[in-house]
Amino acid sequence: MRVESYKTLAEAARAMGPDAVFMAGGTLVMRDVNAGESASRIIRSADPALTEIRATGDGFSIGAGVTMARIVAHRDLPFLAPVARAVGGPQVRNMATVGGNLFAHHPYGDFAVALLALGARVVLAGQGGAKPLDDLLRERGRSGGPSLIVASIEVPRPRDPRAFGFVKVSRIKPKGVSVMSIAVNLPRDSGRIRGARVAFGAMGPAPLRVSAVERVLEGQSLDAATIARAAQLAGDGLDPPTDALASAWYRREVAGTHLRRLLEKMERG
Amino acid sequence: MAKIPVTFTLNGSERAAFAEEGLNLLEFLRRAVGDLSPKYGCGQGTCGACTVIIDGETHLSCLTMADAVQGRKVETASGLANGKVHPLQEAFMEHFAAQCGYCTPGMLMSAKVLLDRNPSPTRAEVIEAISGNLCRCTGYAPIIDAILATANTRRLA
Amino acid sequence: MIEFRKEFFANERDDNLNEIGKPTRRQDILGHVTGRSPYFDDHLFEGLLHIRCVRSPYHRARIRRIDISAAEKMPGVVRVLLGKDVPRNLNTLLSLLDFGLDDEPVLSETKVAYKGEPVAAVIAESEAEARAAVKTVKVEWEVLPHVLDVEDAIKPGAPVVCDVYPTNKFIYHGKFDHQKLRYGDVEEAFNRSDHIVEGRYQMSPIEQAPIETCGAIAAPEVNDRYVCFTSTQGLFFSLGTAAKLLTMPSSRLHFVGGTVGGGFGGKVDSMHEPLAILGAMLTGRPCKYAWDREEEMQVGAPRGAERWYIKDGVARDGRILARKFTGYFDSGAYTRLSSYAIIKGVGHLPGPYTIPNVYADVFCVYTNRTPATAMRGFGITGVDFAIEAHMDKVAETVGLNPIDLRILNSYRDGDMKAHRRVAKNCALVECCQVVAEKGGIALSPASRQATSMTDGGGERGLLPSRTATDQNGAVSGYRAGDYGKKGGNKSGPQPVQSPMPTYASTAPAPQRPAGPAYQPVTPAQPAAPAPAPATETPRHGALRFSSLSGFRRR
Repeated sequence: MRVESYKTLAEAARAMGPDAVFMAGGTLVMRDVNAGESASRIIRSADPALTEIRATGDGFSIGAGVTMARIVAHRDLPFLAPVARAVGGPQVRNMATVGGNLFAHHPYGDFAVALLALGARVVLAGQGGAKPLDDLLRERGRSGGPSLIVASIEVPRPRDPRAFGFVKVSRIKPKGVSVMSIAVNLPRDSGRIRGARVAFGAMGPAPLRVSAVERVLEGQSLDAATIARAAQLAGDGLDPPTDALASAWYRREVAGTHLRRLLEKMERG
Repeated sequence: MAKIPVTFTLNGSERAAFAEEGLNLLEFLRRAVGDLSPKYGCGQGTCGACTVIIDGETHLSCLTMADAVQGRKVETASGLANGKVHPLQEAFMEHFAAQCGYCTPGMLMSAKVLLDRNPSPTRAEVIEAISGNLCRCTGYAPIIDAILATANTRRLA
Repeated sequence: MIEFRKEFFANERDDNLNEIGKPTRRQDILGHVTGRSPYFDDHLFEGLLHIRCVRSPYHRARIRRIDISAAEKMPGVVRVLLGKDVPRNLNTLLSLLDFGLDDEPVLSETKVAYKGEPVAAVIAESEAEARAAVKTVKVEWEVLPHVLDVEDAIKPGAPVVCDVYPTNKFIYHGKFDHQKLRYGDVEEAFNRSDHIVEGRYQMSPIEQAPIETCGAIAAPEVNDRYVCFTSTQGLFFSLGTAAKLLTMPSSRLHFVGGTVGGGFGGKVDSMHEPLAILGAMLTGRPCKYAWDREEEMQVGAPRGAERWYIKDGVARDGRILARKFTGYFDSGAYTRLSSYAIIKGVGHLPGPYTIPNVYADVFCVYTNRTPATAMRGFGITGVDFAIEAHMDKVAETVGLNPIDLRILNSYRDGDMKAHRRVAKNCALVECCQVVAEKGGIALSPASRQATSMTDGGGERGLLPSRTATDQNGAVSGYRAGDYGKKGGNKSGPQPVQSPMPTYASTAPAPQRPAGPAYQPVTPAQPAAPAPAPATETPRHGALRFSSLSGFRRR
């Protein structure tokens, strides 16, 4: 195993390859190093761009190396603070990064669930433009995984803070691993939902959207009947894993209940 | 394997030692530097027994690469007593906040950072602050009591 | 918050105690809070080597071949150990008490009986190098059918888990394939009961999960001795086990322990010391063998799962006339301490209740699961859960408040217990009364007036006039062991009990040296006088000190 450090992200991106993994906070990569199961090359970079948080026109550009603790403390990101606070314990939040969370395997990766619902886009190091997080999460599942580095994440600011809701269901509080997490973004146009995005974590190999739920919410107001229909479809098309925390059956069975509670809470405001 | 020289401040003193490539900070502190107070419990960032303070923030030393502390300030439980025991240590002793003692060094690090930043925490804030540190013996209540008692004593002083 | 209810047993208790009710600092707590308490891994050695094991990925398999040639050439590897390198590669933990047959190898040579069972050990300069080399050991496995359920395991034709016990059942006292309790005649009592209440109760295995994982460091010392720093909860137990497996006198072993990062019963199995010392013997260098967290969870012995069937005969008024138990302890692949847990558990039956007819058949069953071991009251806590759940079921059946039912059936002082000792110092009635008071539960007038000190003894203190006995589950080919005999075997602290059974054999275990047959445990010493009280205040009540259970009311 070799550890390679690069001054700039561009250089680090050039050094990536199928035998390499990029390490930021270390909470995922160092576990593998300790277990003797890491990639043979570990790539690091101290590029200051990694830790920048910038306001953009309609949202924020968050460096991939920004920690959960900084998200919690940032005055302009109150909609993301509860999500970041749900990740790990204080030590993990001081280390774990936004970029790393996009690559966290089940049952981790709750922050990515929120970003997915918010319609975040990722900027890859050494490549121009941004692409939807949906695409990155899909590619992540492929064998070998992508040999790329996420430089930053572009997060649109929810126009109405009440349009965004997040819940992490865990058995242990305040620090527990996900039975599931749910993030919902329901922007409204004269009372009607326009562009609904509903994402689940710990319900599949990677955070994923449930289009059936999004469809029944689209164009509706968030009334009891709509919530009930959404809850009914919550597990639709999901193939959740069985692990030490919950069986696949249990996860599917309770998904609707937790979605319903979240939507009801959002409706109450 | 390449040996990397690491120079850093440990509990106020300048230290230098060599780290093998990929070595974690926990093993580096214990075997190369000789500070045995951070403990191995999981190597996965779950138990918090290896918690140390780096530049004022708690970190898991088992998930930190040793050379990441180059030029930085590291604090561990062995440096908490400075001539006399720290008020947190006194309170832990008084409240029976340790049984086997294995989680205690990490627990003290989390408690110290909490009180440094928030001198009057609520019980809920104390619970949140030590939520990354597992204890299997005490049931947590004496630890929470000890941290709250430290805050109270400091306010009165 | 502790509340002392001093109105109870006031004339039987000395309130002028030195420690109880008074805050005291732990003697080791300064070391704990300053991070200076020396756990086993807090001893630094120059040139420390690291041991990691090659483990079975299967629940049950035959080992056709182990190829260590690639591993031996890996960077940093100093030596690879196999079963043949262990001087005496077979042990049972309680052999030091002369209880049970040797059944478990340190490193298995011919077959594995649980997932994670070690078959080889790599000794390398660093932990990372040991891990890397472990992956290069090639084991040719022949996967065999396995059994994971206790009742499946004792069916005819079930896979044989542990060849020493070919019916997958531990042999008690050389006589029976289960531990028996017979007191009165339950079948006769069932016939005259108004209700029969039956239940099935299942407990899961529980990992002790200490924050410090199990481990040991051994190093050559002067004068041909070896020092061993260990996380063990039973230092002399581990010393004896290591001496036996390494066939060396314990005087050559210098064990250092006592500072343990949590154990809860999970650190009594002495898995680490023998291998660490063997490593030090064969390499001449200090060796560390410790589990990582994943191993602690996967191969660290848990509290075993238990399954209990309980059948009660109950009179209309709620009095329990008979209680019959059938219990199955899941010992996992080897005996470890499960056989003993059952002895302890059967002594506890039928719970803290005076029931005139009690019957129990309790089986220590081998399955292809991680071997089970001690954990906080093991042998008692599981069956207590079953008993108390069953008491609620009985209460529901007869239409009584569950606390009234418990008070009605509780032991009173002077009652005869099913293991034929007279009940003393009973306090369950009073505990129930306080619980009811705290919970705002109305008790019957009879329950409110009851005390543990009245209504006991007399008829209730007599042994049953007749006890029905049987030879169910009798076995032959085993000799009664020495369990219960004090002073151990004359041949020394680590008696060689039997030639090593071979794994291919399914014959009953070899004969053991003749010894006295099973006899009930008796206190080792005559009752000692009570230690002198710290003050001159005379003690109230008549007290004597028992080496078995402390102070008791006469």
